[in-house]
Amino acid sequence: MNLTLHVWRQDEPTARGRFETYQAKDVSEHASFLEMLDVVNESLIHEGKEPIAFEHDCREGICGSCGMMINGVPHGPRNLTAACQLHMRLFRDGDEIWIEPWRATGFPILRDLVVDRSAFDRIINAGGYVSVRTGSAPDANAVPVRKHEADRAMDAAACIGCGACVAACPNASAMLFTSAKVAHLGLLPQGQPERYTRVVDMIAQHDLEGFGTCTNHGACQEACPKGISIDFIARLNRDLLVASWKAAEPEAVVGG
Amino acid sequence: MHLDAKIPAGPIEKKWDKHRFDMKLVNPANKRKYEVIVVGTGLAGASAAATLGELGYRVKCFTYHDSARRAHSIAAQGGINAAKNYQGDGDSIFRLFYDTVKGGDFRSREANVYRLAQVSLNIIDQAVAQGVPFAREYGGYLANRSFGGAQVSRTFYARGQTGQQLLLGCYQALQRQVALGTVELHTRQEMLDLVVVDGVARGIVTRDLVSGKVEQHAGHAVVLATGGYSNVFFLSTNAKACNVTATWRAAKRGAGFANPCYTQIHPTCIPPSGDYQSKLTLMSESLRNDGRIWVPAKAGDDRPAGQIPESERDYYLERFYPSFGNLSPRDISSRRAKEMVDTGHGVGPLHNGVYLDFKDAIARLGQETIAERYGNLFEMYEKITGENPYEVPMRIYPAPHYTMGGLWVDYNLMSNVPGLFVLGEANFSDHGANRLGASALMQGLADGYFVAPLTVGNYLATIPREPVTTDHAAFADVERDVRQKTERLMSVNGHKTVDEFHIELGRVMWEACGMERNGASLKAALEKIPDIRERFWKEVRVPGSADTLNQSIEKAGRVADFLEFGEIMCWDALTREESCGAHYRSEHTTPDGEAARNDRDFSFVSVWEFQGVGKEPTLHKEPLEFENVQPSTRSYK
Repeated sequence: MNLTLHVWRQDEPTARGRFETYQAKDVSEHASFLEMLDVVNESLIHEGKEPIAFEHDCREGICGSCGMMINGVPHGPRNLTAACQLHMRLFRDGDEIWIEPWRATGFPILRDLVVDRSAFDRIINAGGYVSVRTGSAPDANAVPVRKHEADRAMDAAACIGCGACVAACPNASAMLFTSAKVAHLGLLPQGQPERYTRVVDMIAQHDLEGFGTCTNHGACQEACPKGISIDFIARLNRDLLVASWKAAEPEAVVGG
Repeated sequence: MHLDAKIPAGPIEKKWDKHRFDMKLVNPANKRKYEVIVVGTGLAGASAAATLGELGYRVKCFTYHDSARRAHSIAAQGGINAAKNYQGDGDSIFRLFYDTVKGGDFRSREANVYRLAQVSLNIIDQAVAQGVPFAREYGGYLANRSFGGAQVSRTFYARGQTGQQLLLGCYQALQRQVALGTVELHTRQEMLDLVVVDGVARGIVTRDLVSGKVEQHAGHAVVLATGGYSNVFFLSTNAKACNVTATWRAAKRGAGFANPCYTQIHPTCIPPSGDYQSKLTLMSESLRNDGRIWVPAKAGDDRPAGQIPESERDYYLERFYPSFGNLSPRDISSRRAKEMVDTGHGVGPLHNGVYLDFKDAIARLGQETIAERYGNLFEMYEKITGENPYEVPMRIYPAPHYTMGGLWVDYNLMSNVPGLFVLGEANFSDHGANRLGASALMQGLADGYFVAPLTVGNYLATIPREPVTTDHAAFADVERDVRQKTERLMSVNGHKTVDEFHIELGRVMWEACGMERNGASLKAALEKIPDIRERFWKEVRVPGSADTLNQSIEKAGRVADFLEFGEIMCWDALTREESCGAHYRSEHTTPDGEAARNDRDFSFVSVWEFQGVGKEPTLHKEPLEFENVQPSTRSYK
């Protein structure tokens, strides 16, 4: 098939970006979307032009590196599919495709389709972990975990940190990402001691990074390649409420 | 080159305990006076950096990704082994040790493997405490499965995303240390060279992948956890950015490279579909538990699978290996698939695969049960190929997947260059000539959480505490080399892309040094590789500028290194005149076509010393001694 691509090109963070139009010719329906871009890039290099910069690595939908708006939809038209696992058989000969980077205050553009997602790491830094010293853990079977909770925790932990939720949200909120980590750890017994400080600290960092507020549009869960549910946002809000009650309780005096 | 494995004396089950007591400790107040550089944030690198930071050392950690959560450890599907014996089915530390030594075809070091089996217990404890959501039974306890032909169920798993969940555990532990200020994390920074001062590893030179800035970093020790080199074949199951640069650069600065020809081919991957193919996708080996592998009995039979009657199908693994059948080990299954395709029995539009058929399993167990077991894999297959495996058989073919070879290390995971430690897939130590399923995650975490933090400390306790700086002339020299290489790549301005050369190299490597090797083809490859390399440096085109985000220059540097490294793989494969594990020399086979190992002449680790680009490297040998497991011949008939 032959396609017309309109691709966002931007040389550096402060440069002015623009759409450029390229023809992708003789694209195989079996190629992945990123392989289609590889072929376009090879021909751009042969023409003496600079290839389109886009992030990718595992190409198996698990590393979370890739991500781009394809015709206005994060990761393109197929549900539960990262851009790297999107295949060209979903497109038709003669299609025009608009390709843009994630657009959000929290994700500054570095070049072309590459954005800076380090805000996600800083949200994790604020509390997205269990504080456990290497080697100090009890036997793995010492604490049984109900299968239901373990499975729900896994549903939340499946997040690949790609940022599609932010790109889809009209408020550019990162609440789905944040809530997935809060739920993953909060559902497990190992995550209980830090459960309420975690949610408060992670939300504070989320807001500091310039992500918007959640207004329950649900666009994030539609865009998520891993099917993370907005039920986890509701769960985060419940934890946040409990945390605010707990804040009224005076902290113990520090001492030995 | 001096190779002392430094294996502690005493019975094998006491060696690690004794060594832990014998190692020197650094006074807690002095720990912060030492700086440790960790390169790579996969399972091994992230766990080592987090643990070293937690212990009190000042850690500088580097990754070329935008985040420490993206390394290719994340893509491991199947699981992680540990000798917990939670199933009560007869597992033990000794059995895991035994299976790993045997699985490695008696080409690994016993003491290292035993320690790996010992600390496997701690890994699961640690991961659970971090909140890794392993699969559980209804009683709330951890579930296990049998994996890769093991006779006990010792594999822990988190759906098909075990690597992801373990890596997120490490990543979170690492980010916690970043927040505490013990680890300085440098993302989007690629190590381009190692700095050796007076014979001791003292730092690295990196390139900032956004600004192009070349930087010098000094440390009291350098830890490489930079993964494997399967991408030398261009097409592999590795992530696109996986490369050999860090370890190859270290080899060029004096570190011995051990067993580079031990590369593992995974039997169940989706075959390439065209010239644009950028990488290969692995389908979990667990599919072979219920799928039957076959090809049309008649070469060139192009009928759709459904129209080929049972009598005209060749279930060749069941025919060759009646007792193991479709569950025959990775190397054997891979070679037989290649043989079928090479003799004209290949299936699919390009005749480059074999069928993995679930028809009988669906008839026996029902579609629902099969969906429960493999639903996500079937879906992934459908996404990629557009074919529904519930209705037509899957097509599979082997692909490069993991490299057992790597930088030589002693029992302390230190290379022959003092101060240079190598962890995870980047070292050679534990898997011998063949790695068992679900053992890569185990080794990465064993090295990173439980071995290196202690052995690095032991090393630091023996060296002066004076601050290390980048003042020494060696830093400026290495930086100049790095800049010159980049400038040279930018200035060729030829007419071919980096990928075109990478594909060409990959084809040569796959043909000569892939699933099957022989002396003649390896010698031919040793002629071809220098020719490709020469043309690369005359004809490559690297567009753009070196002082911005430029993915072409990143790729070009990595491929330039693969073009040097490919030769050392061929030298290794050529001189190892035997077949063992994943290394199969067609001249060295038994009368019925199976691998013929030669313990009398080849029971050693091959360690290669770099002598200059295009020059024959020097071979050094570390003899292997087996005191606890007697070498035997594998048989799956």
